[in-house]
Amino acid sequence: MNTQGLFELPVGVITVSYIAATVLFILALGGLSNQETARRGNWYGITGMAIALLATLFGRVSENYDLLIVALLIGGSIGILLARRVQMTQMPELVAILHSLVGVAAVAVGFANFMDPDRMLHFEGVELTIHDIETYLGILIGAVTFSGSVIAFLKLSARISGSPLTLPGRHWFNLGLLIGAIWFGYEFVLQSAAGGGLNPLIIMTVIALIFGIHMVMAIGGADMPVVVSMLNSYSGWAAAATGFMLNNDLLIVTGALVGSSGAILSYIMCRAMNRKFIAVIAGGFGTGGGAVAAGGGEDQGEVSPIDPQETAELFANAKEIMIIPGYGMAVAQAQHIVYELTRALRDSGVNVRFGIHPVAGRMPGHMNVLLAEARVPYDIVFEMDEVNEDFPNIDVSVVIGANDIVNPSAQTDLEGPIGGMPVLEVWKGKTTIVLKRSMATGYAGVQNPLFFKENTRMLFGDAKDSLDAVFKAL
Amino acid sequence: MKIGVPREIHADERRVATTPDVASQLIKMGFGVAVESEAGVAASCSDEAYAAAGCDIVASASDLWSLSDLILKVRAPEGGEEKLLRPDQTLISFLAPGQNPELLKQLTESGGTAMSMDSVPRISRAQKMDALSSMANIAGYRAIVEAAQHFGRFFTGQITAAGKIPPAKVLVIGAGVAGLSAIGAAKSMGAIVRAFDTRPEVKEQVESMDAEFLMLDFEDEDGTGEGGYAKVMSDEFIAAEMALFAEQAKEVDIIITTALIPGRPAPLLVTADMVGSMKDGSVIVDLAAETGGNCELTEANKVVRRNGVSIIGYTDLPSRLAAQSSQLYANNLRHLLTELCPEKNGEIVVDMEDEVIRGATICIGGETTWPPPAPKLSVAPSQAQPEPAPIVVEKPKPSIFGPILGMVIAVLALLGLGAVAPQSFMAHFTVFVLACFVGYMVIWNVTPALHTPLMSVTNAISSIIVIGALLQISSADKVIMWIAAVTVGITAINIAGGFAVTRRMLEMFRK
Repeated sequence: MNTQGLFELPVGVITVSYIAATVLFILALGGLSNQETARRGNWYGITGMAIALLATLFGRVSENYDLLIVALLIGGSIGILLARRVQMTQMPELVAILHSLVGVAAVAVGFANFMDPDRMLHFEGVELTIHDIETYLGILIGAVTFSGSVIAFLKLSARISGSPLTLPGRHWFNLGLLIGAIWFGYEFVLQSAAGGGLNPLIIMTVIALIFGIHMVMAIGGADMPVVVSMLNSYSGWAAAATGFMLNNDLLIVTGALVGSSGAILSYIMCRAMNRKFIAVIAGGFGTGGGAVAAGGGEDQGEVSPIDPQETAELFANAKEIMIIPGYGMAVAQAQHIVYELTRALRDSGVNVRFGIHPVAGRMPGHMNVLLAEARVPYDIVFEMDEVNEDFPNIDVSVVIGANDIVNPSAQTDLEGPIGGMPVLEVWKGKTTIVLKRSMATGYAGVQNPLFFKENTRMLFGDAKDSLDAVFKAL
Repeated sequence: MKIGVPREIHADERRVATTPDVASQLIKMGFGVAVESEAGVAASCSDEAYAAAGCDIVASASDLWSLSDLILKVRAPEGGEEKLLRPDQTLISFLAPGQNPELLKQLTESGGTAMSMDSVPRISRAQKMDALSSMANIAGYRAIVEAAQHFGRFFTGQITAAGKIPPAKVLVIGAGVAGLSAIGAAKSMGAIVRAFDTRPEVKEQVESMDAEFLMLDFEDEDGTGEGGYAKVMSDEFIAAEMALFAEQAKEVDIIITTALIPGRPAPLLVTADMVGSMKDGSVIVDLAAETGGNCELTEANKVVRRNGVSIIGYTDLPSRLAAQSSQLYANNLRHLLTELCPEKNGEIVVDMEDEVIRGATICIGGETTWPPPAPKLSVAPSQAQPEPAPIVVEKPKPSIFGPILGMVIAVLALLGLGAVAPQSFMAHFTVFVLACFVGYMVIWNVTPALHTPLMSVTNAISSIIVIGALLQISSADKVIMWIAAVTVGITAINIAGGFAVTRRMLEMFRK
């Protein structure tokens, strides 16, 4: 398989190119530590990828260049087209579907590698066993990534319901799939040594696909940030496993980087919801529509509605305004009018800032991207921990389509479904305006005592229409 | 249930207890509304407007009283009105039971229910029904308008070609609802405004309106009484206060006094000497004229001129802004009716367990229920209550057993792997473990704002898996070649799409 390429590059040159690509990838991720270096970081990534591709193209590929170029061109054009067309509110869907492609690629590379007749010549004994296990793992992770990402894509784009599918005995079902996968792995290694093994491999692939589907189906809409980052992680581990299979350090390193990146993101998201990773993956949380409120029967007092005219007056008289966007802002496409409003208020001397909860939206950093798209300058967009201390000085907090992330019961009712979750303490401000369609609960299905507080006003209706009206009134 | 709104018969009373707008909302709540003919004319509410809102127009007051189940009024009943209340009837109005024991007795004896708008407890929940505050707000505003009427100069300062106009200086004594409203009105006309109050906590409110709060050079004495009103102060305090006023009187052009202590004659704050020391053309508006006046020379319901100073003693300032005060009062009544009629079926339920309704009801079924028991939750004590201590999220102590067990298993697994795996695998494994740690270090530095670009860029670089496909595409086996070609195409989508969308996102982030 280590065929000499068309241009007969020495192996050392290829290795050096791969090292360069590795370093550039690390720099690309490092660049994301702040907005100024991030753009340069992206170029590092592109350069690294180009170097790796060129070195492989000229050093290792010997035939079928025409087919290769055509495939690259077609794929590349589709990719660029997708990137241009995608709405920023659809980013989670795009990322999910791109993850599924990495999964497919891992499966395809694994199968192709297995079918390569040269395989038996290079490996024998323990090495063959290890190689087979690597192949098996690469395909397994790839298949889970693929089917899981497809389901995540369907859920995020609302083509299927976002509510969790809770089959009876689903944990046993998962366990059965796992045992099946291990058993067929054993069979595969045995049969592979004898020159066969395609059947167990295919059966395992089907098992892995079912597992991926079932796993994501069981997870509710609000846990999507965890799922998306987890699939991100899996796509990395799939690449790493493929790297082991191909004895290619570049793939191993890149896969490990991506894998740990996704794992850390999942961890950050879980921590932001005060939930255990295992509990999220086990699924069943968040009954979706949230029609049934836990403890909703108790008397919460009454909510005070407000109209756009009064809201505008409140804004005009405020000195400090904090805007807390949530998924509702993305749904209503309200980010542009939010910016118009922000600009008008800032021009008249009001200090408008944004407070972002880590799990606001459907993927990590979703709100930041939406606000950036609407041209909100990033230096007025703050993380939860940066602004939570400031709320006592805030005149007006504006909650746009968020619910659980501003729920005071996270701090008062520790036994509740969101007990202990870090939240934005808007109720400590002077006035809070909540933009909401109705009194329905959030994804956690918990009633929000914030709405009934004395200094909270509800502005009911579509966020975009409401803010349009407020902007006109200003 | 039929609501009746009679015409106010008190001399010069221009207000009316409901407006056409509010009447239509009452009708939505299931009530029928009847209005005496010409009841709202003085408040710019014509009979036609009431009729258009769905009210019946009734020609005489006696007809109106006899056909209504619920009477809404502004002034307390007088001139025979008090005898019209029937046992099955409810009257809601300003009644001032403390000042009118005779009226209270008569109403009790009638057997009907009477609710007094001035007895609504001053608690947060009842703010929207607090008609006293609504009226005080209007009185404060109107006081400035009256002052401007009698003041011979501008309020605002100007530099004109013909010369300089100095701004008027306004002193507001008593920064309650009326005082703050007067401060706001005077400020918006451009005057220099000072304010004084015995309650130090209103300093912040005064300063929030850009007025100057006059401090007394005196050891701390808090003048806050029950329900947010002021209380009687010590003699020393009053002496210091009077000295301050005497000094201010020489300087200011307009004095608005709003000092009231519930159930007592108004405190004397502006003496005849102080009036004598004021400049010619100055104006004093005494909002306490009804209970004797804060100024020694005030005469109730009159404007008098003493030593060149106009002293305005109107007691009907809200009535002088009849349209505005009718609208606010009608809204206060509507909020009370919303509480009384929770089912929105047009029937009222006098729930004596409800603190607001209990407070407002002064007699029911032949029994006097005034004064109500002390409010359980008045404003000051509730503020004094300590904030519930922030609940610290107690993390369960991490069991030390779990991590140790995990580590032991991991070490054993690695040792087992090392025992059987060939050298070449271990080399790759080393790289893998190191890369995981590099990734761990690098990713923690990524700012959360860029997590979405992070995902799209990691997505792009994880497509490095394309190298696997590139290695296979030259295979002689056609099946492998085609699989590889498709894989190259798919990963190319990812590479191009991932980097391009990352770039697009990063371009958007701007300062």
